Order: sequence, then C-alpha cells, then structure tokens
Amino acid sequence: MTINKNQEGSVLHVALEGRLDTTTAPSLEEDLQNSIKDITELDFDFTDLEYISSAGLRVLLSAQKIMNKQGKMSIRNVNSDIMDVFEITGFTDILSIES
Amino acid sequence: MEVVFPATDEALADVNAFVESHLEEAGCKPGTMMKIMVAVEELFVNVAHYAYNEPGGEVHVSLDFEGDNMILSMKDTGTPFNPLEKADPDVGLGAEDRQIGGLGIFMVKKTMDELKYDYVDGCNIVTIIHKIK
Repeated sequence: MTINKNQEGSVLHVALEGRLDTTTAPSLEEDLQNSIKDITELDFDFTDLEYISSAGLRVLLSAQKIMNKQGKMSIRNVNSDIMDVFEITGFTDILSIES
Repeated sequence: MEVVFPATDEALADVNAFVESHLEEAGCKPGTMMKIMVAVEELFVNVAHYAYNEPGGEVHVSLDFEGDNMILSMKDTGTPFNPLEKADPDVGLGAEDRQIGGLGIFMVKKTMDELKYDYVDGCNIVTIIHKIK
C-alpha cells in the first residue's frame, strides 16, 4: 500500500493506494499517529484503494475517534466493493463517506 | 488442491496469491473475488494470531471447485476454536462504543454462502462455500 499525504495548514489529505489489510494497516496507523496531531480536517481519498479487511477498519475507527475530538474526518471516492464492507459492518453510520 | 502455510501474518500474501490465482482461473466474478479474499484473510489471520501458543504452527489451506461453487477449508492443529460460536458485534453502535473484535468473523458469516466448522482428530477445520459465477 502507498500512502500519499498532502497537508494544507491544519487540513491533511491522505490518498491510499493498494490494499489496506493485516500486513499494511499497521504502517497506516503509525503514520497517522504521527501526522494527525494538529489536524482539524482529515480527508481520505480511496480512489486507488482496492481492498479493505477488518484490520483496515480498525485503523479507520481509531482515526475517526481521534478526529471526533479535534475536528472532522471524511472519506471520498469509495469503490463499490469497499462500500459493501462498510455497509455490512455498519461503518457507513460511523464514517462520513462522500459520494 | 492443498497448500501448507506457516501460521503467520507474513504468510498472508502467499495465501492470497494461491487463492486468487485459482479463483481467477475458475472465472470468479470480480465483485465476488474481494468478498472471498476478505473472508480468507479474516480466517487465516485469526489462526495466525490465536490458534498456536508457540511459533511454528501451520495452516493447511485446501481449495476445490464444484459446479459454480468454491469450497475452501483451513485446517490447524491449534487451540479448539469454533468461529460460529463467536458472538456477533453490535454493528449499530457509534464510533465511541464500537468494539472492533469479532468484526472479521462477522464479515465472513455475512458475506459467504456457508461457513462450517468441524473439530476432527485434534484439528480445527473451517470451511467456506461460496458461489463464484
């Protein structure tokens, strides 16, 4: 998985590319822990994210919890396979997903 | 066909490659592919994390096709664990109250046509059956 970040002031854009799974989720978690400290708006772009498992959901949930305290988080361009995972797990109600 | 993998997170990529290549060959629909691969990851990682108390454990992954169905089994000799008995998480809770544990198995139950468990001769055998065409 590739993590592409672009920060504008307190807004952080994160574009993910590839697979967010058991082997790649820890690197995203570690990256976010360091980079969202002073962020008020966290914006994910999932255009090139192909796959997500529960390990990826875990990282998104913990990021959402942090951002609930210090601002907001949103996810854009979710493909239909990943949207299915969000729907089955009730994550559509937890996350702000923009179509 | 059956392949033996070490019960470690590091082996996940090899498990994926094995299952994916045979699913592609069998003509699996793209949308179905991701659901199966998520189920495979959740079940395999569950064994990798919890089945064995000592390093060196193995997982036997077997894959067969019958008509339009894929039949995939994972066998380990670790601690007896029936995923069907695991309580479902409450997927209606908000972010603050959400427990992430159990979400993987829950997804397998929800997305696969069948999830079966057997304990035979000291082995956990978890089987998923799913229509691929």
